[in-house]
Amino acid sequence: MAAGAVGGSSASSTYREARGWLLLPAWSVLLFFSLAPVIMMLVYSFLTKEHRGGVIWEFSLAAYDQFFLDRGLFGDEPPRIQWTYIAIFWRSIWQAGAATLMSLAVGFPTAYFIATRPAKARPLWVFLITIPYWVNLLIRTVSMKFLLREQGPLNDFLLWTGAIDSPLQIVNTNLAVQLGLFYSYLPFMVLPIYAAVERYDFALSEAAADLYASKWTTLRRILLPAVKPGVVAGCILVFVPSLGSFLAPDLLGGARNFMIGSLIEEQFKGNAGNWPFGAAASMILLTLVLLLLLAFARQQARAERRS
Amino acid sequence: MQTKMPETSSQNAIDVQNAVKRFGNFTALKQISLAIADNEFFTLLGPSGCGKTTLLRIIAGFDEVTEGSVRLYGEDLGALPPNRRPVNTVFQSYALFPHMSVLQNVGFGLEMLGSSSTEARECAGRMLELVQLSQFADRRPGQLSGGQQQRVALARALAPQPKLLLLDEPLSALDLKLRKAMRIELKHLQRETGITFIFVTHDQEEALTMSDRIAVMSEGELQQVGAAREIYERPRNRFVANFIGDTNLLEVTVDRIEGARATCHLGGGHALSCEAVDGVREGARVHLSVRPERLFATAEPAGPEALAARVVETVFTGTGITSIVELEQGPRLTLRSSNSERGNRRVFEQGAACFVNMEAGAGRLLID
Repeated sequence: MAAGAVGGSSASSTYREARGWLLLPAWSVLLFFSLAPVIMMLVYSFLTKEHRGGVIWEFSLAAYDQFFLDRGLFGDEPPRIQWTYIAIFWRSIWQAGAATLMSLAVGFPTAYFIATRPAKARPLWVFLITIPYWVNLLIRTVSMKFLLREQGPLNDFLLWTGAIDSPLQIVNTNLAVQLGLFYSYLPFMVLPIYAAVERYDFALSEAAADLYASKWTTLRRILLPAVKPGVVAGCILVFVPSLGSFLAPDLLGGARNFMIGSLIEEQFKGNAGNWPFGAAASMILLTLVLLLLLAFARQQARAERRS
Repeated sequence: MQTKMPETSSQNAIDVQNAVKRFGNFTALKQISLAIADNEFFTLLGPSGCGKTTLLRIIAGFDEVTEGSVRLYGEDLGALPPNRRPVNTVFQSYALFPHMSVLQNVGFGLEMLGSSSTEARECAGRMLELVQLSQFADRRPGQLSGGQQQRVALARALAPQPKLLLLDEPLSALDLKLRKAMRIELKHLQRETGITFIFVTHDQEEALTMSDRIAVMSEGELQQVGAAREIYERPRNRFVANFIGDTNLLEVTVDRIEGARATCHLGGGHALSCEAVDGVREGARVHLSVRPERLFATAEPAGPEALAARVVETVFTGTGITSIVELEQGPRLTLRSSNSERGNRRVFEQGAACFVNMEAGAGRLLID
């Protein structure tokens, strides 16, 4: 009995040791790819800039000062709030939000359609959704520009149908950026919603219809609450990368439709950059996203408690 | 003895006429005609794939007939969608809304029918009282046991006071004890509410215990419709005789039919008399069905039709004793006697010779 107990505990301690080692890869990934870069960014944002890119290891708040405060061209005026960067942030949130709504409007019916096909056909539909994403994002975004430009197929088609008299200016507008972001991240909306709808028990919809609910009420009161986790995941997966994206705004938005991603990208490109400023903008973006998600989660928890 | 079919009239809760349902090449229902009376506890009984659930889904409005018609209290249901039919369903999986409380679940139908939320809540509360779940009103369905969920599903379907309640194998997920208790509760509820129930099951015992009438289905066709006792004691064909309860089937040739009596003989020439049946003519080779509990063994022949036999096996089953005997003519028969003084006197040792007697009216000729 005693021997058995000893054997048992030594076996379990060996197991615990082994488990520690086996978890090493996971911990390293988290450490080197998640935590370390964020800490590096945080540290860099509080350093002094080197004029040809890079940093001088000297503590400084200059990056944050530059982001939030305007001290005039020569830095000797009394500080006022610097609206330039806040405006860029606001526009980015707006653009990413619009792209998320577009993806939701197209992605939800698509996901629902796929999830209601016969089980055998579903993998094929999912496969078809992902095929365009085998092509490089840059090439897809450039192609989008060709589709949308004044002599492009979209305008040609609209002119041909007689819907418009003169070509529409789409490229270099907010709409072009939204369309670009929407196209870039659509599968991230479709796939989680598809997974949620596929798990949904359609007997619930039948039960709702049986209890005199119209199709619209069934969708709103029964299906949507059931698949909400998938919808939320899809929205986060589209919104967050859209917010920091720079390819679509650069290529489709032109100079006036600058977004945070481009602002940050500029700071690390070539010799003209300002690394601490780029790092500070990244940290502010990160904080903003975290706050938004946190606020959303708290609101959800409160709604959950209420019902 | 013909099954009593209610005449087609607006008094019938449901009139199904020549209903055919095809899914692609597969025919789920082949020309079904059926009338279910107001206030009836009606059961559709059959093995899986017999079409009983298809018929139920057609009445609920989830499927449409390919041909034929379904009328509810005289009104043709046609392609009326499920949310416009005064019919509610208790689903096999219960299909309770997981994000709503028990009270919200039960009140949902009323709310959809336009009751104010206070009204809906009050009525839902009364329904929960009826199924004895008042103390769980604020719980989520996921926090209840299977039996409790089943009762919530029942309360939810009854709350809007439908003209017709459909129950799709509602007891199949419960354990045996609970199932037996629910059978009585369901029957009781049906009496109390006066709502017509259509109950779908593959469990013959469930069907026999609860139903006013039973329709036995197989392969998309009605095999027999009648009261529980009638179906058990006067099965029409081999499928019904085998599906409901246990039976002995003897191959016989019909010699003579005189009025209500028929005389037939076994393979060896032994004569047996029984009731005549529509559809079985003189000279036909058919099966005779005899329930094991209507046979008894004696040491000396109890009548002129007694069959000489030898006991092959006896099995004690608690409430009774089952004996298997081999007739002189070859076939084997199963006999069941109750575990009582009288019953035990009719049990013989394994290998013993005895005579097997049929109680009067026990043999039933089958049409196929």
